[in-house]
Amino acid sequence: MTMEVALEDNNLMEKVLPPDEQEIDVELEAKEKKYLRGEGANLETLKDKKLKTQLASREKLYGKSAKAAAKIEKWLLPASAGYLETDGLEKTWRVKQTDIAKEVDILSSRNQYDIVLPDFGPYKLDFTASGRHMLAGGRKGHLALVDMMSMNLIKEIQVRETVRDVAFLHNDQFFAAAQKKYSYIYARDGTELHCLKERGPVARLRFLKNHFLLASVNKIGQLHYQDVTYGDMVASIRTGKGRTDVMEVNPYNGVVALGHSGGTVTMWKPTSQAPLVQMQCHPGPVSSVAFHPNGHLMATSGKERKLKIWDLRKFEEVQTIHGFHAKTLSFSQKGLLAAGTGSFVQVLGDSSGDYSRYMSHSMVKGYQIEKVMFRPYEDVLGIGHSMGWSSVLIPGSGEPNFDSWVANPFETTKQRREKEVHLLLDKLPPETIMLDPSKIGAMRPSRRKERPTRGEIEAEKEVAVEAAKGVELKKKTKGRNKPSKRTKKKKELVENVKKTFPEQEQGAAGKKRRIGEDAAADLPSSLKRFARKN
Amino acid sequence: MRIKTISRSVDEFTRERSQDLQRVFHNFDPSLRPMEKAVEYQRALTAAKLEKIFARPFVGAMDGHRDGISCMAKNPNYLKGIFSASMDGDIRLWDIATSRRTVCQFPGHLGAVRGLTVSTDGNVLVSCGTDCNVRLWSVPRPSLEDSDLSSEKSTEPSAVYTCKNALLAVDHQFEGDLFATAGAQLDIWNHNRSQPVQSFTSGSHSVISVRFNPGEPDILATSSGDNHISIYDIRMSSAARKILMRTKTNSIAWNPMEPMNFTAANEDGNCYSFDGRKNEEAKCVHKDHVSAVMDIDFSPTGREFVTGSYDRSVRIFPYNGGHSREIYHTKRMQRVFCVKYSSDATYVISGSDDTNLRLWKAKASEQLGVILPREQKKHEYNEAVKNRYKHLPEIKRIVRHRHLPKPIYKAKAESRAMNDAKRRKDDRRKAHSAPGTVVTESHRTRRIIKEVE
Repeated sequence: MTMEVALEDNNLMEKVLPPDEQEIDVELEAKEKKYLRGEGANLETLKDKKLKTQLASREKLYGKSAKAAAKIEKWLLPASAGYLETDGLEKTWRVKQTDIAKEVDILSSRNQYDIVLPDFGPYKLDFTASGRHMLAGGRKGHLALVDMMSMNLIKEIQVRETVRDVAFLHNDQFFAAAQKKYSYIYARDGTELHCLKERGPVARLRFLKNHFLLASVNKIGQLHYQDVTYGDMVASIRTGKGRTDVMEVNPYNGVVALGHSGGTVTMWKPTSQAPLVQMQCHPGPVSSVAFHPNGHLMATSGKERKLKIWDLRKFEEVQTIHGFHAKTLSFSQKGLLAAGTGSFVQVLGDSSGDYSRYMSHSMVKGYQIEKVMFRPYEDVLGIGHSMGWSSVLIPGSGEPNFDSWVANPFETTKQRREKEVHLLLDKLPPETIMLDPSKIGAMRPSRRKERPTRGEIEAEKEVAVEAAKGVELKKKTKGRNKPSKRTKKKKELVENVKKTFPEQEQGAAGKKRRIGEDAAADLPSSLKRFARKN
Repeated sequence: MRIKTISRSVDEFTRERSQDLQRVFHNFDPSLRPMEKAVEYQRALTAAKLEKIFARPFVGAMDGHRDGISCMAKNPNYLKGIFSASMDGDIRLWDIATSRRTVCQFPGHLGAVRGLTVSTDGNVLVSCGTDCNVRLWSVPRPSLEDSDLSSEKSTEPSAVYTCKNALLAVDHQFEGDLFATAGAQLDIWNHNRSQPVQSFTSGSHSVISVRFNPGEPDILATSSGDNHISIYDIRMSSAARKILMRTKTNSIAWNPMEPMNFTAANEDGNCYSFDGRKNEEAKCVHKDHVSAVMDIDFSPTGREFVTGSYDRSVRIFPYNGGHSREIYHTKRMQRVFCVKYSSDATYVISGSDDTNLRLWKAKASEQLGVILPREQKKHEYNEAVKNRYKHLPEIKRIVRHRHLPKPIYKAKAESRAMNDAKRRKDDRRKAHSAPGTVVTESHRTRRIIKEVE
């Protein structure tokens, strides 16, 4: 009954709700905030009445749509998130995968497995955006494309060269492999489509989905961005910081972060030759970087066995976790952080505010973990190691409800083709990569600088001159006390004080300039047209 | 210990048979959609470009008259038909929907036909001309033999009334059977009487145009050659309101959705929207034509109006906006003397000096015909996203761009230069005078001399 009240116009009297429905209201309000995407505009300062009413009605509409979205989230989403709850003295990180397998249904337990391929070296993994397909690349040249839902091996090829990294392009039809001398782009059936010679020997490959840019860092420390739709090299940036193979893309805003051997993490965008941000994160080399999907948190790990969590809005450290050297890091869709060191994986969760131990998994002693990556939309962690790859269950890590228009794990061929066309139509130009992507379409802040007005400067000057005049000069004896010399010295003092002030007014030039805008206020109205208009 | 993991069964998320619809799942969480503002902006840009690609407003021209077209009339009851009359006395009924041909002719006038109007029930067509005659015709009923193209029927007038002077305009009351003619004086006629029922004389100048109010059946607005706009109530014996402007008004149209407001098409190239109750200043000045505005008609939604001007262009204005949202022009279209907005708010018809009637789409990139609901949604989304970002420079440049014929472009540049110079001089004059002595007149009152009661 109260739902109907909420749906109708708010002209009705407020009804007193029973306590459990009040709880639901509070919950819904919390969800609504997420959909409102920030604060509403302040309409009080507007003087234009027409504009004010137009904006007010729009704000009302936003509120209504946020309410509707919150209700849909509460009542209509088909699946709910996974969880792992222990009671009493049991700790969540002591729960083993075998225990989980006993409690969970058959479909989920199919997601726990180890694939042993000892001959082809440490494996790197990549998942498509929907989590349906996985690409595994072994160091000794083994590339395998697997359909995760049916556990079908779609294609495997042996390129007979070192493969350093693999990445899917916009869907499972194309993938890129960074091989010994050059990088190559392959089609789904294993045909080599392109050889990317310009980049040289690449250490890390990543794909920016919204911009269709393939980013890579090579052995000399050069960063390359290439538009894969028409093959244009959009940017090739010499970072100047030497060789690195730590590169990650921030999914929130599309900037690429490189971790260097000096402990700095630099962030880059393709349109500038200088980094956007340089942060000194660790005293030693940075081993790995990972970004939270909401764009505000970054995790870095250094060789000094520390893991640091950074807030990217203030560029400040939020938390440090000691104890192990994490060679690889990955954030899940729900914010769990997986860190792989040696043959041990630690999963950290932030349910209690800070990141703390949530789960862990240790593999057979000889397996060296090369890469951990959470599978999108599933509670699964993929681990690529020196003897193949494994998959373990981490309840509560994946987003349970996918949106068919964003990423659909159950895509048909037709849907995939349509999606490709729409992705291409919505392809963003590389200029839109910026630290704060919500600035597009926003108002530019006014450039009025807070300078003291002429009157204020005059007042200050007066005070300083008075102070200088009031200084008592020491009366010299022994014949060096001529009155003319004394007055001269006093004048010099006052003049020095006066000299400091014109520096602030005129700046470097000192040429005759047009009267500035701040001085326009004290001009008579007939001379106002000579004041410089900003 | 309680454990739950995400496990999706395939049949819940896929369809059973190929006849079923594909299942679509929504999650509106913003964290699943990074960079949504940039994507929206990109979509707005694409939408603006697509709109320009699909902008083909000209539907067709109707050829048949042998002299320039002087006036047109819409039949309120029959959407597909439009009456037009030319300067040599030829009146035709056109079928504008499929065939764009003359259905029926109404010969009889000896000189130019200056006014055409249809009664509200669609049965009687009234025409008046410079041969001092008012003719009443009975409109043929649209029948199943409409598609018979070989026979262009012609009819006899059901009544012919003679006056002393040439008649310049005619309009029919919305509810009732009175109609008003404008000539040397304003006359109110009944269908059955051969002499006017009522006459209003005002001054020595002729009345140029007349228009009845759609809301109040007894109120009408007229414009006269001595630059007056008068509002009459036919129950009273003299004008209820009179506005004196600097230049004469060629045509007036009442807003069908807000019947107290009317817009006057003036000789100086501007259209002035007035509130009928308060006439000291115009509610809005619509400026974009470079030459006299000859005719004006409102859309049935009341949100837009179309104007035709002596500068060979047809413009569509928003009812409360100062500048046109659209301009239509062709090399072959000469001085536009009359325009009409079709009753379904989809088309605009212009009649011009080159003896052709032209049919244009009101929204240049609109998809006509039956639109699927998914297409409709996409169009609405494109409109909405384009409106959200239309102030940004890239998109504004595309949305605003119109190709203007060279004479209009040059005339506009010249008038802009002249206005800038005038404004600069006025600003300086104001700055060098005592504050308060020089008062800038607002545009809304600038062209009104006074209101005469």
